[in-house]
Amino acid sequence: METIIALICILLSAALINNFVLHYFVGICPFLGVSRRVDMAIGMGAAVTFVISIAAFLSWTFTYFILRPEAPLPTAVWQAMGGDSGVKVDLSVLSYIMYIFVIASSVQFVEMYVRKFFPPLYKSFGVFLPLITTNCAILFACLEIMKNLQDPTNLWGLHHALALAIGGGGGFTIAITLMAGLREELDLCDVPKPFKGPGIALVVAGIMAMAFMGFTGMADGVKTALTNLLMK
Amino acid sequence: MASNEPTAMERFINGILPENPVYRQLLGMCPVLAVTNGMKPAMTMAAATAFVLICANIIVSLIRGVLKPHLRILVFTLTIATFVTIADRALAAFLYEMSKQLGPYVPLIIVNCLIISRCEICASKQELPVAVADAVGMSIGFALALASIATVRELLGSGTWFGVTILAEGWWPRWGIMVLPPGAFLALGVLLAVAEWYTHRRELQAK
Repeated sequence: METIIALICILLSAALINNFVLHYFVGICPFLGVSRRVDMAIGMGAAVTFVISIAAFLSWTFTYFILRPEAPLPTAVWQAMGGDSGVKVDLSVLSYIMYIFVIASSVQFVEMYVRKFFPPLYKSFGVFLPLITTNCAILFACLEIMKNLQDPTNLWGLHHALALAIGGGGGFTIAITLMAGLREELDLCDVPKPFKGPGIALVVAGIMAMAFMGFTGMADGVKTALTNLLMK
Repeated sequence: MASNEPTAMERFINGILPENPVYRQLLGMCPVLAVTNGMKPAMTMAAATAFVLICANIIVSLIRGVLKPHLRILVFTLTIATFVTIADRALAAFLYEMSKQLGPYVPLIIVNCLIISRCEICASKQELPVAVADAVGMSIGFALALASIATVRELLGSGTWFGVTILAEGWWPRWGIMVLPPGAFLALGVLLAVAEWYTHRRELQAK
């Protein structure tokens, strides 16, 4: 039960309370660039959610077994090589290079796979896939997972990592779709000339961020409510 | 090299204002919005980005002869990731508080589109001096843009500049919203409009 509550809290927190775009400012480039039409925004959101889940799965695996302090694999190698068993092996200095490599190669792989086996899907969001390599939201999710795998007494499991990825991707989709809807309306408005394009988009995003600030502090309330509901 | 290619000096000037990475090209928006709630984090970020940009441009320019076209993006990102790791470790060692405050945004320099686009557009095609001049110019332009946004946000939001009180507590009500996430969007939106308006007016005057 407690696990389920923790998972729901991570999911909600990543999707709404600390929205990736409007609270952490990651994924701003597609948020401004691909938010002109609602259908394209949904396609981009789906692509990001998909890649973020794969990247979260891979980065959790690599971090848990190889990169975190006192990870099992390098420790075993170190001791097999005859190293001092009192030494704590920590490869976390390699994590950034590892993550970016994982993201870039999984994006390439997903693109090839989707193009070969799901041509209609590729037509609808395949064009966004190469852009996603440089989407900060993916790397940010990996870094969040890494942050929660540092303390050996309180480690995230794979399910926590996946909840964060799906919540974050969902939050990105919500934000970019709302933005696209607003911008479709904005096209019909008489915007002052200097504000045309990115200027007004950013101001609109600012107002949206204010609205999302209303979710601040919801985490504790949700936790209490869920505990009361499920623990009875 | 073709004679119509911009020289090193032109590249240098270009990055500062005419092709300012933030205001003209809208590149590298994540750190621009995330770390500009004060001058100190903004300038640390600008310095880290400048270090990574210049080093990555040097390396990419030196190895441009052996780059394979289909692998170049991967090579760029791995080069950048290496230098970001160096910058991150250095910050954690010498400016621990600041490194805690910047948090994930230092590693996020890896996916800053500004650096990849300079590697792709300039460094992978130019000789070393041109690439370095371009990187330095872009870094200065990026730092100026960060400074402008951070100045607005810190002054309005907490009445200070580099932590020094400018607007006294009594007569200046703090605009708390400016140091929070929405303030970043609002400040950048308004500043973009001001830059746009200024460029437009300059063009009209030139006619």
